[in-house]
Amino acid sequence: MQTILIKNGRVVDPSQKLDRVTNILLRDGKIAALDVAVPTDALVIDATDRIVVPGLIDLNTQLREPGFEEDETIRSGTAAALAGGYTTIACLASTEPPIDTQASVEFVQHQADRANHCRVVVIACVSQSRAGEQLAEMGSLSAAGAVAFSDAPRPVLSAELMRRALEYGSMFNVPIINRPEVRDLTRDGVMHEGQTSLILGLAGMPPEAEDVMTARDLRLAESTGGRLHLTCLSTSGSVELVRNAKRNGIPVTADVCPLNFTLDDQNLRTFDSRFKVNPPLRSSEHVTACVIGLKDGTIDAISSSHSPYASEKKMQELDMAPFGAATIETVLSLVITHLIEPGHLTWLEAVEKLSTNPARILRLPHQVGTLQIGATADITVIDPNLEWQVDAAQFCSQGRYSPYDRNLLRGRAQVVIVGGQVRWER
Amino acid sequence: MSDASSEACTPKLPPLLGEIPPVWTRRHLLDIESLSADEINCVLDVAQQFKDAGATAGRRFTPLQGIACANLFFENSTRTRTSFSLAARRLGADVVDFSSSGSSLSKGETFIDTAKNIEAMHVEVVIVRHATPGTPHLLSQSLQSSVINAGDGPHEHPTQGLLDMLTIRQHRGDLRGLTVALVGDIAHSRTARSNIWGLKKLGAHVIVCGPPTLVSRRWEGVGVEVAHNLDEILPRCDVLNLLRIQFERQATRPFPSVREYALLYAMTGARIRRAKDNILIMAPGPINRGVEVTPEVADGPHSVILDQVSNGLAVRMATLWLISSARASHRT
Repeated sequence: MQTILIKNGRVVDPSQKLDRVTNILLRDGKIAALDVAVPTDALVIDATDRIVVPGLIDLNTQLREPGFEEDETIRSGTAAALAGGYTTIACLASTEPPIDTQASVEFVQHQADRANHCRVVVIACVSQSRAGEQLAEMGSLSAAGAVAFSDAPRPVLSAELMRRALEYGSMFNVPIINRPEVRDLTRDGVMHEGQTSLILGLAGMPPEAEDVMTARDLRLAESTGGRLHLTCLSTSGSVELVRNAKRNGIPVTADVCPLNFTLDDQNLRTFDSRFKVNPPLRSSEHVTACVIGLKDGTIDAISSSHSPYASEKKMQELDMAPFGAATIETVLSLVITHLIEPGHLTWLEAVEKLSTNPARILRLPHQVGTLQIGATADITVIDPNLEWQVDAAQFCSQGRYSPYDRNLLRGRAQVVIVGGQVRWER
Repeated sequence: MSDASSEACTPKLPPLLGEIPPVWTRRHLLDIESLSADEINCVLDVAQQFKDAGATAGRRFTPLQGIACANLFFENSTRTRTSFSLAARRLGADVVDFSSSGSSLSKGETFIDTAKNIEAMHVEVVIVRHATPGTPHLLSQSLQSSVINAGDGPHEHPTQGLLDMLTIRQHRGDLRGLTVALVGDIAHSRTARSNIWGLKKLGAHVIVCGPPTLVSRRWEGVGVEVAHNLDEILPRCDVLNLLRIQFERQATRPFPSVREYALLYAMTGARIRRAKDNILIMAPGPINRGVEVTPEVADGPHSVILDQVSNGLAVRMATLWLISSARASHRT
């Protein structure tokens, strides 16, 4: 395997509180050394004016295969992830059949190996067939490689099932990931319920629908001691609930996706289904609350919430079109443009939420999410100053609907290295 | 005798006809929210002129000869479609009807495909009704044709708003300073939204009245008074617009029973005796007799419900003429 030297980059690694310009040597798929000079046999990547970080790790990509290959395949989804700077993605079980058997976990891993893009770890169903009734075989699924359990983006509606999952899952020390939404309260809704939905006559999804289930799950995590991860939080109420829960020592982690810290519900005034996502784009006070939650550490991670759909599905009337957008190729640039540039997060804090903490939450094997000596050489080299215009038609993802299409963003992954191999170069 | 009959045959055409007022430049009518007061008054003036000249009563003035209009109705309607068809025919246009219940995607086609197919038959004006808010707006972006919104879910129904304003104007001259209450199912009513914007722009005070499950407090945020007790506001009202309970759009019952609703909000003879003497009773129809209004009131002296229907024709003629003319001048 080629020895690689990444030269003269600003190395940002929250796992060792490292933020300085130096060289990194990669050998045999591992981080071999920092601060070294150029060995004669190495491939040299000049990272002058670039930022070198542990490869990004996503907590909730939807790959859609098997079952919905018209939306995304494991090949196209992992290509999109690489282009977005990700070296590992955790895929959700929203497939058909849902990922609830050892065989289906292995299928995803085989397809990912064949594609040879980024690493894929599986989040298996928390309930059999994602039906929300009986627990999936968490023990066997863990043994097959599942790193967490979730029915997301579908919430676990039954409080009893959620309680059982947290209790039972604690035996395997795996997180239960829930996307809190009381469906009784969001029925038929297509957007955030507020002044804008009132004016547009569109059915609303009230923020309480998220708050109520967040409160339920936090209480269940407290009583069971199970590991709870809340994904895609979007309301000021649930951010505040998680803040208090952490203060009280409840074992919970949480993420938000860029949609909910960059865009508000005014965008629905265009009636464009690109903006129909779940959680819905909220009003500005909720957007601000998400940013504050990221700044003060209430929110541990930033996830992609990548939910690609075939164009013919998104082209429908707003209430018929599915919730979701192709986002994974824009997450890093949105973090740079909306959080780092305005000074909300430092590079160390941002990388912590995009790589270090996701690795920690999922307890990923093979030492990823860090640049410590001996760790796996999964690395993303970022050009933080590159200005580019989003063009969804050029996405590697099959999903062509992006709320950010035509937006000017700053910063982009330039080189993505997985296991010591350059897998993507822009 | 011969003088009188020749005068009856020669329509007194409004002076504006031939050239549209400069304030009107729009090729589409999508909503009232984005119109200015001047634009609203322009439509109302032209509609009134059509009515005064007798153009609504016969085919006397045919500036739309050779133009094709399509009624593209994705949701059932009888009266609005009939009104638009008649308006277009009175102006000399050809009208085709295209009805499709539910989404066109049930046939594997998106609504944009359907509209583009209609447009490809050289249709110049597409009149669209759809259960989903914003559908006319999206069509206006992907079609070359002009688009008129004939009702998009609970969002807007601009010609209904305009005909309501025309009716009030005919009876009161000016809307400024009038108190107009919209009573009933505000949550699911496109008529309510079109009225709210239009009435406010023309200077009326707007009250929305109904149970909190149908009348959100958030309406106060756009400068509308919110009330839940009809009897309290009734003495102050110059106009009541009684909106139909849209049972078909409600996922769950927003009130315990029709009986209880009628007790709280139905406009009855007893209530009308506590209102101003010259109060106008309006209803966009079709009305649920006995729910929003009793027959005594619907058919009584305060009711202008049938005026609304005939004004609908005038307003739709005005809209079709203004939009087609703006479109023609765009092209040159």
